[in-house]
Amino acid sequence: MHLHKYEKIWLIFGIGSLALFLVVLGFGAFWKGTHPQSHGATIDPENIEAHDAFQSENLGLTKVDEDKYIVNIAASAFNYDMGVDEDGNPVKKITIPKGSTVLFQITTKDVVHGFNVSGTNVNMMVEPGYISRMETVMKKPGEYTVVCNEYCGVGHHLMYATVEVTE
Amino acid sequence: MAIKKTMSIVHITPKQFPITKKEARLYMAFISVAFISLFIGGLMGLLQTLVRSGTITLPWGIDYYQVLTVHGVILALVLTTFFIIGFQFALMGKTVGISMKQRKAAWISFWVMLIGTMMTATMILLGKASVLYTFYAPLQAHPLFYIGLALVIVGSWVAGIVNFRQVYVWKRANPDEKSPLLAFMVTINMIMWIIASLGVAVAVLVQFIPWSLGYAETINVLVSRTLFWYFGHPLVYFWLLPAYMAWYAIIPKIIGGKIFSDSLARLSFILFLFFSIPVGFHHQLTEPGIDPVWKFIQVVLTFMVVIPSLMTAFSLFATFEITGRKKGFGGLFGWFRHLPWKDIRFLAPMLGMLAFIPGGAGGIINASHQMNAVVHNTMWVTGHFHLTVATTVMLTFFGVSYWLIPHLTGRKLTPTMNKLGIIQSIIWIVGMAIMSGSMHIQGLLGGPRRSSYSEYGGTEQAADWLGYQIAQAIGGTILFIGILLMVYIVIKLAFFAPTGKEAFPIAEEEADAKPTPKFMENWKLWIGITVLLILFAYTVPFIDIIQHSPPGSPPFDWPIGNQ
Amino acid sequence: MRQLNDKKINEEQQSQEPNLKGTLISVVLLGLFIIIAWGSIFYIFMDR
Ligand code: HEM
Ligand SMILES: [Cu+2]
Ligand SMILES: [Cu+2]
Repeated sequence: MHLHKYEKIWLIFGIGSLALFLVVLGFGAFWKGTHPQSHGATIDPENIEAHDAFQSENLGLTKVDEDKYIVNIAASAFNYDMGVDEDGNPVKKITIPKGSTVLFQITTKDVVHGFNVSGTNVNMMVEPGYISRMETVMKKPGEYTVVCNEYCGVGHHLMYATVEVTE
Repeated sequence: MAIKKTMSIVHITPKQFPITKKEARLYMAFISVAFISLFIGGLMGLLQTLVRSGTITLPWGIDYYQVLTVHGVILALVLTTFFIIGFQFALMGKTVGISMKQRKAAWISFWVMLIGTMMTATMILLGKASVLYTFYAPLQAHPLFYIGLALVIVGSWVAGIVNFRQVYVWKRANPDEKSPLLAFMVTINMIMWIIASLGVAVAVLVQFIPWSLGYAETINVLVSRTLFWYFGHPLVYFWLLPAYMAWYAIIPKIIGGKIFSDSLARLSFILFLFFSIPVGFHHQLTEPGIDPVWKFIQVVLTFMVVIPSLMTAFSLFATFEITGRKKGFGGLFGWFRHLPWKDIRFLAPMLGMLAFIPGGAGGIINASHQMNAVVHNTMWVTGHFHLTVATTVMLTFFGVSYWLIPHLTGRKLTPTMNKLGIIQSIIWIVGMAIMSGSMHIQGLLGGPRRSSYSEYGGTEQAADWLGYQIAQAIGGTILFIGILLMVYIVIKLAFFAPTGKEAFPIAEEEADAKPTPKFMENWKLWIGITVLLILFAYTVPFIDIIQHSPPGSPPFDWPIGNQ
Repeated sequence: MRQLNDKKINEEQQSQEPNLKGTLISVVLLGLFIIIAWGSIFYIFMDR
């Protein structure tokens, strides 16, 4: 088999670029810990309350330290359960100060859902039997729409919430 | 060495087989189903863009996701499979011939696939299967939806086996010759397809059907998704490789040139066979239950599958340049300007190739491990595959249809039809640029895919998304006009164009081409390496998935509107 | 076979590498496009 001189140049350039991309990704993933979420923690989808994080009093926003928060969410078609406020109304909006570290923990009671804090890298599949977990630093103030971005049924587009990052 | 050389000189023009009327009927049957699907699916696409832009609401209680299921199933699964199998049969019939027995078996594959399609379509239309074309568990569709899909796959296997038999018979008659390039490519594509669709067949037969019939109480969701995506990525290469066949082996003839390199074309197809399958995790990068190291390994394998596409890009530009220079168009880019832009058989696939530049670049981005979080399940992804499958692959298939349909029906591609074809291609490219472009941007802004019209509680982000959804409706409307025009052209070419002889363009090698090495047809070796790569990429993580399985999931039918 | 051997030598003299300057430039532009596209999304990823 014969390769034209220019084709050799092109393949070295092309494959070199791919290798460079992989080195950058590998460095980020293995050394900086930016792997996509994948810790494989399991849970019984018909009894998620057996896990502390998803007992009704622990749902929603919890401050664990200065600038450190946990958000626990129980997803089901077509709702993100983030607990209730003082008046007993379901929480649909979460407010976090800028620069805080937030751990999102979410699981589903029924079908597959998505969880994307739009405009951030918090983008996870939520599958029955698993806990999806991702920690992030909310760097930029503003209002973020939380959307279910995996089809879960007729009300899929009505499954949302809001995260507000304040100055 | 000298002897091999001799052979390649003697057999520059391999014998071709005329296509009889009976064979033509077979190939046209497949192609007709494809274009009927294009019309129905395109109409659904238009409705989707109109609903999503807030322009209309669907009447008679039709659900958005029912429409979207039709769109995905009929375009991504039915149109593609029927066109590809019909086209590949025509290529095989032309280059290696088809016996009467083989033709009858091919009809069986057609009917099995068609009956399967009808079963699946009926269930979707009855609203019993609004699970989208990926049918993710534990959403549960009617059992007939899955059984129909299984029949489509089984029918396609019959087609593949007939193809293998065709090459085998030809090879026995011509033991000293290399198989014709197009027959070689079809064989690769069908080997890949059968190995890949075994995964989804297992999921459907072992998991979905017993579970939807109530024989199994629960389903292992992650196993079903893993089997699906083991099939899902090679599925997109199953669409793309027939387009590559046209680019490598047909376009050179149309532009008056020769194949750039027979060996390199075969090598790139072999690489596609190796690396198309062990990469399914790049669709599951944001899933919780898969080990990230194995995700990364499959990302590396995914990047390997880019290499044959890099080779293809070079080969195609080189064919264009060599042909142009031979015709005397000098300068750095004279050859490019003087390509036969006014020949629709060239223009449509060429626009498809150009669309693959952003399409391919987008694919590399999607597969980039942690970067996938930026785009996963956003409209960006929808924009991506409307560039790759709905533009690159579709425009190439249209380009093939302009000569294949009249060739099969004994008619001619007239200058008027040629001109209409040029208009059609431009409409398609413009409509797609608008629709796909705005999908990409909306996706980067976080807009979710697979979603009906929603204001998301009135956030500012959602208001921004709506602007792009309106742009998609404009692009979608233009595209639908393109579909109407294409269907008109196909009907004209099939039934009304003047009778005559339209050429079946198959490119030849240069007279002084280097001989193709014999080992290229060592099928056992290629299949062996493919299987080893699959075992390498999947064994450990699959065992891990099963050993760490959570309790299974019961079926859920109420979320899709079934009580 | 023998005389074909001579023909082969003759052919190899003619079949020097074709001029593919335009091709090289085209594919390099393609490569740069891929790098720029990938780089921009990587930037978005890091920025978020
Ligand atoms: C008139 C032309 C077309 C229009 C207007 C159109 C429009 C759309 C829209 C708006 C969506 C996204 C819907 C959503 O995510 O909610 C979509 C999805 C899709 N389209 Fe198209 N499309 C067209 C042609 C095609 C063609 C020709 C193909 C394939 C050959 C195709 C394949 C798909 C697939 C596979 C999906 C994904 C379905 C899913 O997510 O389940 N489309 N289309
Ligand atoms: Cu959803
Ligand atoms: Cu893929």
